[in-house]
Amino acid sequence: MRTRRETRHVYGEALLRAGESNPQIAVLDADLYKSTRSDLFRERFGERFIDMGISEMDMVSTAAGLAASGMIPYANSFAMFITAHCYDQIRIQICYPNLHVILAGSSAGLTQGPDGASHQALEDIALMRALPNMRVLVPADGVETEAMTLAAAQEIDGPVYLRLGRYPVPDLFDSSYRFALGRASWLGQGSDVTLIACGHTVSAARDAAELLANRDISAGVVNMSSIKPLDEDAVRAAMQATPLIVTVEEHSILGGLGGAVAEVMAETGGNARLLRLGTRDRFGESATADELLEKHGLTPRGITDSVVQALGR
Amino acid sequence: MHTSPPVAADIRELETIAAQIRCDLVRMIHIARMGHPGGSLSAADLVTALYFQVMRIDPARPDWPERDRFILSKGHACPVWYAALIRRGYLGRECLDTLRCLDSLLQGHPDMVKTPGVEMTAGSLGHGLSAGLGMALAARVRGLNYRVWVMIGDGETQEGSIWEAAMAAPNLRLDNLTVILDRNRIQNDDLIDNIMPIEPLAAKWKSFGWHVMEIDGHEMAQVVDALEASREAEPQPVIIIANTVKGKGVSFMEDNPFWHGNAPDADQTAQALQEICAAAGLEVADVD
Repeated sequence: MRTRRETRHVYGEALLRAGESNPQIAVLDADLYKSTRSDLFRERFGERFIDMGISEMDMVSTAAGLAASGMIPYANSFAMFITAHCYDQIRIQICYPNLHVILAGSSAGLTQGPDGASHQALEDIALMRALPNMRVLVPADGVETEAMTLAAAQEIDGPVYLRLGRYPVPDLFDSSYRFALGRASWLGQGSDVTLIACGHTVSAARDAAELLANRDISAGVVNMSSIKPLDEDAVRAAMQATPLIVTVEEHSILGGLGGAVAEVMAETGGNARLLRLGTRDRFGESATADELLEKHGLTPRGITDSVVQALGR
Repeated sequence: MHTSPPVAADIRELETIAAQIRCDLVRMIHIARMGHPGGSLSAADLVTALYFQVMRIDPARPDWPERDRFILSKGHACPVWYAALIRRGYLGRECLDTLRCLDSLLQGHPDMVKTPGVEMTAGSLGHGLSAGLGMALAARVRGLNYRVWVMIGDGETQEGSIWEAAMAAPNLRLDNLTVILDRNRIQNDDLIDNIMPIEPLAAKWKSFGWHVMEIDGHEMAQVVDALEASREAEPQPVIIIANTVKGKGVSFMEDNPFWHGNAPDADQTAQALQEICAAAGLEVADVD
């Protein structure tokens, strides 16, 4: 049995490593450091940890000021609050001047679970993707989370939105994994359908591919962890490889991964069809993470059923 | 530590520069046919004192790490900032004709990427003070000895995020931060008192933990003294409530909400320049 890890925990540990290697790194939180796991950094680098209290707007603007003065700040909160609550500040003070601020949105998506719709970010990718200069990264497992957390400071110069979850995911990659901005990774090629996923749904898509194989359906799996910039070549390659493309995300089908893939497919033309799996323009609700994934068809079985239906088998 | 010498020799000279800056900003807005003259004129003496006397800056090195930082959180008043940056040598005088034009260095609201000397992008109210907190924190972490000066509008204090920052700065013990509140009593639509009153301002900021000073924002000696004194107020951050007149220096603009966001035509501009120059003992022809 493979290790399962919550990407938010891995992020907290990676922040500590980032702080060790670079004295420019600062971390801000808004009264959620136990949950975002920035407490690890806080204990070690108190002088570079700034707790702003429950004030996401102030936190994000303060991060902009730090970035404008030679620091590389990571600002943390739940995905819903750090994107929607302070969108104006992110737009004008971070993206417009292209400042190197890393926004880490924790507990994203349906798998936030029992706290309900108010806390379940299902629009955050769409919000962040629409902003010029912003990069949107959604790691699929612990290995990728660590790589992206470090790369966000070391290899990118500008705004980054890192979407993290509290749903334990198995490691899909090993130590040979290398992060490259704007490049997808293939977990398998298929001839009937390509599943393009991000975040923990990559793991679900990979398991779905195995279930599909039992039904003689050949499914490829793409981890589209860099949603902006998007790996458009990977989308076009999938369009060449299979007549059906299915996007899978723990996010609204409007404006997120499915929306981004749809844009590329529409402009490319061709015969490949698209099916978008995610939440269908509706809010979440309180339940366990697994119950919600089941309800929205985002489990391996749910994905499998949708593919079978779309292929008319 | 290297700093360029203050440009102004005395209070009288600062007053002359303030008049020149007022003329420049009125011209700039007239040429652009739009902009915000009222809040630019109310802030003119404060901005002049900062750029020509108080701030440790070097226009030849706008990215000098130890420079003092100025943030104009009430970003719509940027014509006064641009006029000061032009007079101080950050920008060429030819910029005066390009406010709000395609490809101009001078955007309708401050843009830190496009405009040398502009430290923080602005345009949506209530953001700048928090950015100032970040800059002041960075000085502490990096061991740099600069001061951060943030100008906010009085109407702007209706924004909730201002009060998040107001709460945070004293708790973070930011003693390298001075806020200048341009108390001109008028917001876009009407008098502040007719829209959403904000008093008692001094008591509010004091109760949040700030060292509060109150001055006449058009008395240059008071302005310079207060700005300089704010350096010594540790361990608290300082707010200077500067009582000003919206549209100061142009009779038909003073205290009139219409001039928050309208440009003067040619005749109005000529009259404005005449009045500003007359009050400062200058000839309009000499202010160019």
